[in-house]
Amino acid sequence: MHKAQFQSPLYPYLLLLPQMAIVAVFFLWPSAEAVRSSFFLQDPFFGNETFVGIDNYTDAVTRSDYGRAAWFTFLFTVVVTFFSLGIALLLAVAADNVLRGQGPYKTLLMWVYAIAPPVAGLIGIMLFDQHIGPIVDFVALFGWDMRVGVDYWDTGIAMMIVATWKQIPVNFIFFLSGLQSIPKGVREAASIDNPSPSGRFWTIIFPLLAPTSFFLMIINITYAFFETFGIVDVMLKGEPGNNPVTLVYKVFLDGFRGNDLGGSSAQSVILMVFVLALTIIQFRLIERRVHYT
Amino acid sequence: MSQDQIAVTGKPAVPVARPASATGAGFGAFVRRHQIVEHIVLLFGVLLMMGPIAVAFTTSTHDPVTIHSEGMQLGFGDNFLPTYEAVIFEQTGFTKQVTGWGMSLNSLILGLGFAIGKIIVSMLAAYAIVYFRFPLGTLCFWVIFSTLLLPLEVRILPSYEVVQGLGLLNSYTGLILPLIASATGTFFFRQFFKSVPNELLEAARIDGAGPFRFFWDILVPLSRTMIAAIFIIMFVVGWNQYLWPILMTTDESFYTVVRGIRQILQVWIGADIPDYNEALGLAIIAMIPPVLIVIIFQRMFIKGLVESEK
Amino acid sequence: MTTLEIKQAVKRYPNGALAVKGVDVTVEEGELVVFVGPSGCGKSTLLRMVAGLESVTEGEIVLDGRLVNEVEPANRNIAMVFQNYALYPHMTVYRNLAYGLKNRGTPKAEIDAKVREAAKLLQIGDFLERKPSQLSGGQRQRVAMGRAIVRDPAIFLFDEPLSNLDAKLRNQMRLEIKRLQRRLGTAAIYVTHDQVEAMTLADRIVVLNNGEIEQIGAPAEVYGAPASTFVASFIGAPPMNLLEAQTGDGAIVIGETRIAAPVHANGPITLGIRPERAHLANGSGGADGPPMQVDTVEELGAVRLIHGSVGGQHFTANQSADEPIPGDQVRLRLLPDDLHLFDHGTGRRL
Ligand SMILES: Nc1ncnc2c1ncn2[C@@H]1O[C@H](COP(=O)(O)OP(=O)(O)OP(=O)(O)O)[C@@H](O)[C@H]1O
Ligand SMILES: [Mg+2]
Repeated sequence: MHKAQFQSPLYPYLLLLPQMAIVAVFFLWPSAEAVRSSFFLQDPFFGNETFVGIDNYTDAVTRSDYGRAAWFTFLFTVVVTFFSLGIALLLAVAADNVLRGQGPYKTLLMWVYAIAPPVAGLIGIMLFDQHIGPIVDFVALFGWDMRVGVDYWDTGIAMMIVATWKQIPVNFIFFLSGLQSIPKGVREAASIDNPSPSGRFWTIIFPLLAPTSFFLMIINITYAFFETFGIVDVMLKGEPGNNPVTLVYKVFLDGFRGNDLGGSSAQSVILMVFVLALTIIQFRLIERRVHYT
Repeated sequence: MSQDQIAVTGKPAVPVARPASATGAGFGAFVRRHQIVEHIVLLFGVLLMMGPIAVAFTTSTHDPVTIHSEGMQLGFGDNFLPTYEAVIFEQTGFTKQVTGWGMSLNSLILGLGFAIGKIIVSMLAAYAIVYFRFPLGTLCFWVIFSTLLLPLEVRILPSYEVVQGLGLLNSYTGLILPLIASATGTFFFRQFFKSVPNELLEAARIDGAGPFRFFWDILVPLSRTMIAAIFIIMFVVGWNQYLWPILMTTDESFYTVVRGIRQILQVWIGADIPDYNEALGLAIIAMIPPVLIVIIFQRMFIKGLVESEK
Repeated sequence: MTTLEIKQAVKRYPNGALAVKGVDVTVEEGELVVFVGPSGCGKSTLLRMVAGLESVTEGEIVLDGRLVNEVEPANRNIAMVFQNYALYPHMTVYRNLAYGLKNRGTPKAEIDAKVREAAKLLQIGDFLERKPSQLSGGQRQRVAMGRAIVRDPAIFLFDEPLSNLDAKLRNQMRLEIKRLQRRLGTAAIYVTHDQVEAMTLADRIVVLNNGEIEQIGAPAEVYGAPASTFVASFIGAPPMNLLEAQTGDGAIVIGETRIAAPVHANGPITLGIRPERAHLANGSGGADGPPMQVDTVEELGAVRLIHGSVGGQHFTANQSADEPIPGDQVRLRLLPDDLHLFDHGTGRRL
C-alpha cells in the first residue's frame, strides 16, 4: 500500500545523518578496505603493499588448513543446525500441548538465550575438562576416552554440543510462537478429520510450520558460522594448536596472529559472498511467503 | 474485538473430538489426558538447559582444591562468599587494574550505550525512510540495507584499522559506535512504522501536526512497547559482545565482564590448580543481568524477537 | 452561498492509474452531498483531494471562495471522519478531540469549552478520560465525529464512516449524523457505496462510475429518472429490471407483446421497469402487459419478491404481502409512466 508522506527538502537528510555517518565510517569504509586489501600483499614490517591480483584467494583456498577448517565448519553447521532445530521443535510441540505449567516451562527453556556464547563456552570447557569434567567421566563409562583440547574430533564434538545447547532457546521461542499462531479452527478441523495425533502433526501442523523452519534454518546457519566465535575461542582457550577452528575464527587467527592481512581479507571476502547468497535465499523465501498468505 | 484477541492468543484448544478408543479408562488414556509424555519431554529439556548452569553455580561455591581433586560439584559448598568476594572486588588481570565490579560497569555502559544509541539512530532513520519522499531515499535505504548482509565478524580486521586510525581504541565510543552500524534496529522500526495505519498520519495532518509533532506526539508514544522490546534485545546483545571488545580494548580498565572471561583463561594457563571457582563465578556474574532482564520482561522480549525477524 | 466547488478535477496516481477523470461538483451551504458508486470508482480519491490528502493532478478545488489546491490539509478548514476512525490510540478521548485545536494554538479554556460542548452533543461526556481501545464501536464513531465537530469546519468529509458498525447501529448512527448535520448547518460530503445510506442521507446524490459522474440530483430524481442504465441498476433495491426490447410504430415490443408508448425512434432499446412498479395480474383479465414465467417467490414480510422471466430475460416484481401468491404464469400490468427507456448502445436515458 502507498504510504502518505511528507515532503521536505531538509528534514529527511537530517534524520538520516547519524545512521548514514556511522554506516559510512564503520561499515562501508572497512568493507571496501577488506575487498581492496584482499588483492594486495602487505609487508607487516615496513607497511608497503604490492598488488598481487587474486593470489591471496588462490593461496588461501589451496592451503590444507583452509580446507580442513572449511570441512569442519560445514560439519559443525550441519550438526548444530540439525540438532538445535530438532530438539527445540520437540520441546516446543510438547510445551504447546501441555495445559498445565506451560509458563514455567517456557521461562526455564528460553532463558539460556541471554547467556553470552563465550560464557557458554566457559561452562562447556569445564564440563568437558580432563580433570574435573563430569561429562568426560560419564562417557568414560562407555569406554570413550574423551580428550578435549588434545584430540581434534573430541574437541570438535564438545564445541558442537555447546553451540547446539546455546542455540536451542531461540529456536524454541520461534517454534512455539509459530505453533501458537496456528488458528484454533485449523486444529479443531484436523482433530475431526484425523484421529491420530502424530498424523495430525505431520500432515497439518508441520507443513504450517515450514516457513518458520526454513527461516530458522538460515538463522542457524548464520549463527553457526559467525556467532559461535566466542564459544570456539573460549573452548580453545585462545590457543588453537592442532584443534578444529571455524572459518570465521581462521579469519581472526590469520589476521591478528599470523599478520597475514591479505590472506585474512581474502577469506573475509569469501565469507561475504557466502552471507550474500544466504541473504538472497532468505529474501526469496520471504517474498514467497508474502505471496501465499 | 476482545473476542478475536482471545481466539488468537489463547491456548490451543483441547481437541474437540477424541476417537472413541481413547476415551476409555486405562493407563493409556490416563497418560494422554494428563500429557504425561509431554511433561517427561519437557522435564528432560529443563534438565538439559538448566543442568549445566546449576552445576556451574554449585561448583563455584567450592574451593579450587576440592574442585580439582573431586571434580565439579552438585551440592552447595561453603566457599560462596570468598569466591564471589574475590570475583567482584579483587583486582585481576595482568596489570591488576580491574575488578569484577569494574568490568560489570563497563558491560553496563556497553549494553546501555549500544541499546539506547541504536534505538535513537534507527528510529530517526526509519522515520525518514517511511514517512518522507526525497530524491536519495531509495539509495539511502539500500546502503543501510547492505549492512545486514555483512556481519561484523567478516570485516573485523579493516574495522579495527579504521577505529585505530580514528584514535578510538580503548574508548567507549570506539566500542559502541561500530556495533551500531548494522541496521537491524532500522529495519525493525521500518517494519513497525509501516504497520501504523495511514489514516493516523492523515488525521494528524488535518489536525495540523508537522513532521516533528507527528513523530513526537504520535509515533513515539505509539512505539513505546516496540521501543521497550528492542531495548531488551539490544541490551542483551550489547552486554554479550565478545569479539569486538577483544580487538578494541587492550587497556584492562575498559574490559567488560564477557571480555574478562577470556582473561581468566589466559591467567589460567600454567597454573597448578586453576581458580575454577572464580572462573565460574565470573561466568555467573556475566549472565545475571541479561538473564534477569529477559526473564522479567519475557513477554516483551519474545514479542520483540519474533516480530523483529519478520 | 456555495461552500465548495470542484472544477474539472482529475487525479492520476503516480503509477499511472486515472482514478478521477474530470469531475464537477458544487456543495451549497448547509447541504449534505453523498458520493456513491461501486468499489474503486474514485469516491475516496475525490474526497481526499478535497481534504488535501491527495494532490490534485488537474482542475481546481475552491473552498469558501478560496482556491485550496496547494493548501495544507490542516489549513483548509475541513474536518474528516475516517472509515476506521483513525483515533490516536495512545491519547484519551479528551486529548483526541483537543489535539487539533492545541496545534492551532487555541487557548486552553476555549479548547476545554469546545471539547465539553461537543462531548455533550454526542453524549460521550462520560468517556472523556478513556482511551479509544476502551470504547465500543459506536462510541469510537462518536469520538471521531466529535473530533470533526470541535474544529468548527466549513465542511465535513465522511469516508464510509459507518461501514465498521453492525446493521442496527449503522441505521441509528445514520439518523444521528443527519440530525447533527442539520443542527450544525455545516455542509458535508459523505462517501458510501451503500445506496440506502445515499438515499436516506443526501440532499443531493452524486453517482460516480469509473472516475466519472453518471448523474447528480436529489434522491427522488436519481431514483425516479435515472440518467443511465448504470444509475438505474445501482440505485434501488432490488435493482431495476432491464429488458432488451424493440421500438416501432409508437409501441415497445418485448417478445411477442406490444405496449403502446409515445416512442419515436425505431430499433433496439433497453427498457427499465422497477420491480415495485411491475404489477401482477392473475389470469388475463385487464392486463395487456407481457406474460411472466414465475420460478421463485421470496417472502420478505411486508412484501414479496417474485422472480422469473419475461421474454426469456430475468425479471423481478414486487408484490404486497396481502395479495394472493401468483401461479406459474402471470401477466404484467405496466403503466407508461413507469417505463424507463435507455439507448441500447450507450445506456443513456432517452
Ligand atoms: N495510492 C494509489 N495509487 C494508485 N492507484 C490508486 C491509489 N489509491 C487508489 N487507487 C486506484 O484509484 C481508483 C479509485 O480508488 P478509490 O479509493 O477512490 O475508490 P473508492 O471509490 O473509494 O472505492 P471503495 O468503495 O472500495 O473505497 C481505484 O481503481 C484504485 O485502485
Ligand atoms: Mg473508498
